[in-house]
Amino acid sequence: MGVSFAQLVIQTLNGIVSGMILALVASGLTLIFGIMDVVNFAHGEFLMLGAYIGVLTFAVTGSFWFSLIVASAAIAVFGALVYLTTLRPLLGRDPLTTILATFGLSLVLQNYALWQFGPVARKLPEPFGGAIELFYLDYPLYRLMIAALSGAIIGGFWLFLKFGKWGIWIRATTQDRVMAQAMGIPVPWVLMGVFAIGSAMAGASGVLFAPMVGVDHAMGFDWILRAFIVVVVGGMGSLGGSVAAAIFISLLEAYASLWVSPAQAVIVSFVVLILTLLFRPTGLFVPTRR
Amino acid sequence: MNRHHALFYWSGFAVVIALLVVAPFVLPEFWRRFLTEMLIWGLLAMSSDLLIGYTGMVSFGHSAFFGLGMYGAAAALLLVAPPNLWLALLFGLIAAAAVAGFVAYFSTRLRDIYFAITTLIFSQIFYVVIFTWTSLTGGENGLTFTRPRLAVPGLFSVAFTPRVLHWFVLAVVAASYLLLRRITQSPFGMVLQSIRENEARTRAIGYPVERYKIMAVMLSGLFAGLAGVLYALQNEYAAPDFVFFVVSGEVVIYNVIGGIGTLVGPILGAAFFLLLREVLSRFFTEFYLIPLGVIFVAIVMFMPQGLLGFARRWLNR
Repeated sequence: MGVSFAQLVIQTLNGIVSGMILALVASGLTLIFGIMDVVNFAHGEFLMLGAYIGVLTFAVTGSFWFSLIVASAAIAVFGALVYLTTLRPLLGRDPLTTILATFGLSLVLQNYALWQFGPVARKLPEPFGGAIELFYLDYPLYRLMIAALSGAIIGGFWLFLKFGKWGIWIRATTQDRVMAQAMGIPVPWVLMGVFAIGSAMAGASGVLFAPMVGVDHAMGFDWILRAFIVVVVGGMGSLGGSVAAAIFISLLEAYASLWVSPAQAVIVSFVVLILTLLFRPTGLFVPTRR
Repeated sequence: MNRHHALFYWSGFAVVIALLVVAPFVLPEFWRRFLTEMLIWGLLAMSSDLLIGYTGMVSFGHSAFFGLGMYGAAAALLLVAPPNLWLALLFGLIAAAAVAGFVAYFSTRLRDIYFAITTLIFSQIFYVVIFTWTSLTGGENGLTFTRPRLAVPGLFSVAFTPRVLHWFVLAVVAASYLLLRRITQSPFGMVLQSIRENEARTRAIGYPVERYKIMAVMLSGLFAGLAGVLYALQNEYAAPDFVFFVVSGEVVIYNVIGGIGTLVGPILGAAFFLLLREVLSRFFTEFYLIPLGVIFVAIVMFMPQGLLGFARRWLNR
């Protein structure tokens, strides 16, 4: 089957758009891991809950942007609560216990969503229509906007880490938790803040992505799996690595789906993961070793 | 091992086995089936305990080994006429071992969380392959087949009635338990436990840690595949649902609930989980995972040793 230039361009665009969302999901995950040594298995469920909160808020207010803010804030608060009740008691222990605890949490949240909202997918309308003409199809402007907004959130967060007071505290805590504490940084609050920020990023990506696919209780799992791949390939705890890996993998999947079905295109990202493990098994796991 | 301990241990073992042998005479069919399945899930959990409890590697990918055992058995039962039990076992084990070797080769390069994530992703690869390769695996519908006869050529041949099946499963699980127990107490098992305690030191002493880990994953995968074959025999079908990661997650839950590093703990954990699910699903219907998840999180937080953790030393003597 021949592939035209137009298809290539469109798939490149698709790959970049879904790559930016994936980067937003993965950077929350990698942030939480890099700083707290916690692998949040429930991250995808946070995304799903964020999307549902977005749908509910939209039903009441009718404003997409307001829903986005409400969902992010609600998931941030929810994340902070989860941190306080479940994760904080586990922090000194083997990081694997946090995987188990958050795995249990993800089961609870997923089934709660199924129970509360039912199996039928909800829809969230796009905040604005409009499309740009691209070869034979009208490419929705909203998709381009998602990519830009995801990039803006990640970029803003990067600036915050680089220059903000809390950002500097966060980086100090990553490097040496005990020393940071000794210098007067309120480490427990920083950790809670990090978890809340990471959760908010998941919630925001849930709302942003909802108009493209619809919201259902199982949507989190697809994302968490791909985010894990991104995070391993890009190097856990590395923000830049995650963004690069997210775009790289999404582009590959987009190109692959020119030839095979999207369900099989996922295998491409699995292959990338295997090759990474084979040739750079440790080189990609950047500085978080202590 | 002193004689006192040995006496108690083996008499306890004999009592449990005896109870399980007579159980099908006493229990109604629903609970008989429940017990058989519990033993199969217990075997799967026990295979995973070799990694979690003894080597210190948490595998989130045991569904792949289990599922490949199922599909291997299905292949033997569907392709070879007349269907032969031993061929089904052989095919299932070969399939599981091949997958386990593949997964082990890549995933043992990584440690801790990375190992867990990698095994999870590998199991999803097999899930996607099985789910989308409809012409070979039947896709979403899976494969159905009929149970072969339990036969040893020249000796005997009986049909697999529910009771015979129960005893067969019991025999396999008990033998696997004894074998796994022997493995964990062997010099090989000691090296695995030293990897769990201190990997760097084990390497420094001169043990080829990677090779031991690959062996551990493969052994574990082999027993998981065995569980898959038994499950295929019990239910007479193979379906992609059993390759999905939720099964792997449940296996880890069995281990944590029962107590890792005890071998019997995971079986108990499986029994506890399945019973709880049975009870809870009467009150919460299909949302039983909500209370079950809460209980699981509570166990992780407040009872990290699991139900049998207190007896860990005693059971391993």
